[in-house]
Amino acid sequence: MRSSPRSPGPIADLLRPAILIAAALIALTTASLAIGSASLWGGDLGTGWLLAVSRFPRTAAALLAGAGLAVAGTVVQQAVQNRLVEPSLTGTTESAMLGLIAITLIAPGMSIGWKAALAAVAALAGTGGFLMLARRVPMQDPLLLPIVGLIYGGILSAMAIWLAWNADLMQLLGAWRLGEFSGIVQGRYELLWIIAALSLLLYTLADRLTLLGLGETQARSLGLNYTQTRLLALAVMSLIASLVTVTVGALPFVGLVAPNLISRWRGDNLRANLPFIAAGGGGLVLAADIAGRLIRYPYEIPAATVFSVFGAAIFLWLLHSVPARSHG
Amino acid sequence: MIKVEGLSKNAGAVEILKDLTLSIPPGGITALIGPNGAGKSSLLHCIAGLDRPTSGMVRIDGTDPFSCPDRERARHLAFLQQSQPVVPRLTVRDMVAFGRWPHHGGRPRPEDAEATEQALRAFELEDLSERPLEVLSGGQRQRALVAMTYAQATPWLLLDEPLNALDPRHAHDLMRRLNDLSHAADERSVVVVLHDINAAARWADRIIAMKDGRIAAEGLVAEVLTGEVLRDLYDTPFDVLVHGGRPLVVTV
Repeated sequence: MRSSPRSPGPIADLLRPAILIAAALIALTTASLAIGSASLWGGDLGTGWLLAVSRFPRTAAALLAGAGLAVAGTVVQQAVQNRLVEPSLTGTTESAMLGLIAITLIAPGMSIGWKAALAAVAALAGTGGFLMLARRVPMQDPLLLPIVGLIYGGILSAMAIWLAWNADLMQLLGAWRLGEFSGIVQGRYELLWIIAALSLLLYTLADRLTLLGLGETQARSLGLNYTQTRLLALAVMSLIASLVTVTVGALPFVGLVAPNLISRWRGDNLRANLPFIAAGGGGLVLAADIAGRLIRYPYEIPAATVFSVFGAAIFLWLLHSVPARSHG
Repeated sequence: MIKVEGLSKNAGAVEILKDLTLSIPPGGITALIGPNGAGKSSLLHCIAGLDRPTSGMVRIDGTDPFSCPDRERARHLAFLQQSQPVVPRLTVRDMVAFGRWPHHGGRPRPEDAEATEQALRAFELEDLSERPLEVLSGGQRQRALVAMTYAQATPWLLLDEPLNALDPRHAHDLMRRLNDLSHAADERSVVVVLHDINAAARWADRIIAMKDGRIAAEGLVAEVLTGEVLRDLYDTPFDVLVHGGRPLVVTV
C-alpha cells in the first residue's frame, strides 16, 4: 500500500472535515438560538415558546436559505463552466422578483407557495436568457461572464423596479431585494424545507453535475444526457432561488462564496463535496445573521448587508489568488 | 468497423465536410492528417455522435451513434476533445474514474475501481493519482485524460490532436502506449487526429488524409505518405526519406 501525506485514506479524508463543519454548525446554531433582543431566560416570554416560535424558525431559515443558495450556485457554475457566477449573476434572482411582481399584480391573493412556483418558472426563463447570452461570451476570460450577468440582471432588476414603482409595490420589492431574517417566525418560513428535499435530489445527481462541469463535448462523450441533465439541474436551481427570494429575500454572494471556498479546500468532486457546500452556505448565512444581530445590538442589520461586505472581500480574494500550478 | 456514407456537414453557409464516404477497419491506429481547416475534427465529432451531420450516415459496428442512448454509446466509443477549456478541480484518480461512469451510472462496483487502477498503472499515473489536475503540467494532464478514455474500456478510442500539449518525449510515450493497446489482446481501435506527420508515419497502421472537407488519400502509411500526395495535401513540397523501415517526412 502506498500512502502520501495528502491522503490519509478516504474515510479519514472525509471524517475530519465533516467533524470540523459539524462542530462549526452546532456552535453557530447554539449561538443563534441564544442571541436576540428578548432574553431566553427570565424574560416575560416562556423559553420554550420563544425558541419554537422565533429562534428555531429563524435559525432553520438561515441554514436552509444558505445551503440552498450555495447548492444553487454550484449548479449554475457547473452548467456554464464558470466559477464566478451565482443565481444573482445569471438573472435568476432578478427574474424571480420580476415574476413575483407580475404575479402580485395579476393575482394578489395567490398563496405564497404558488407564487414561489410561478416565480421559479420566471427564474428558469430568465436563466435560459442568460444561457443564450453566455453562449456568445468567450470562455477564455472567466471574468466576462459575471459582468454580462451583472448587466443582464441589472436590466431585469430595472424592469422589476419600474413595474413595482408604477403599481406602488416598492415596499414589497424592497423586502425581496434585501434578504433578512428578523421577520421569520413560525408559519412564515416552512416553504424553505422544500430546499432540503431539492438539495437531496441534486445530491443524487452529484456525478452528473460534476460531468456538466466538464463541458458539453466531454460530458456527452462520457455518456451524459447533457441537455436533459442541465435543464433539470437549472429548473431545481431556479426553484431554490425563488423559494429563498419569496421567503427571506435575495442574499447575494452566498452562491459564489460557499462553492468556491469548498472547491478550493476540497476540489470539484460533488459526490464528496456537495454536502460540504450546503453546510458551508448554511453556516455562512447563519453567521452573517448572528453578526447582524450583534453589531448594533439590540437593533438588527440585515444578513444580506452583512454578507455582502464579507462576500465582497472573499470574492476579491478569489479573484486575486490563483492556485499554484506547474507549467510545462 | 466504422462506416461513413455520404457525410456532409455545413456550418452556416460553409461546407465543412463534403459528401464523405469511408470505412475504418477495427484494430490498430488510424491517423487523420491534413492541413488546418480540412475537417478532421468535424469528421471525428460526427463519428463520435457528438455533432449531427447535415446529411449522410455513420455506423459504429452497425450502430447509429445518433439514435443510440448516450451511456450505451459511451460504452462503445470513447472520445477525447482537442483541449479542455476549463480544467476541473478533480484529482487524477477521480478524473480517470469518470471514465467508468457510462458503465456504472453513479453506482461504482469493485470492477470499476479495478479498471480505474489499471488505467492509472497503464499510463504510469500512480504517483500523480492524488494530485489535482490543475497543478499538473499540460503533458501530465493530457496523459490523465487519455487514461480516462482508456478506463472507459471501449472498443473504439477517438482522440482529437492528443499530442498538442506534449513535448517530443511525452508525445512518443503516448503514441507508444496507444500502439501497445491497439495491438493488445483486448484489441482497441484507435482513431487519432495528428498534425505531426512523422508521428503518423512512425505509429499509424492506416492514414486518412483530408483536405477541404474531402478525403485526399487513404490507405497504408507507405501509400499515403508520398511526396506527391503530401505536396497536394499541404501545398508545400516534401521529401520522403526512409528511417527504420518507416517513411520520414521533411519539408523541402
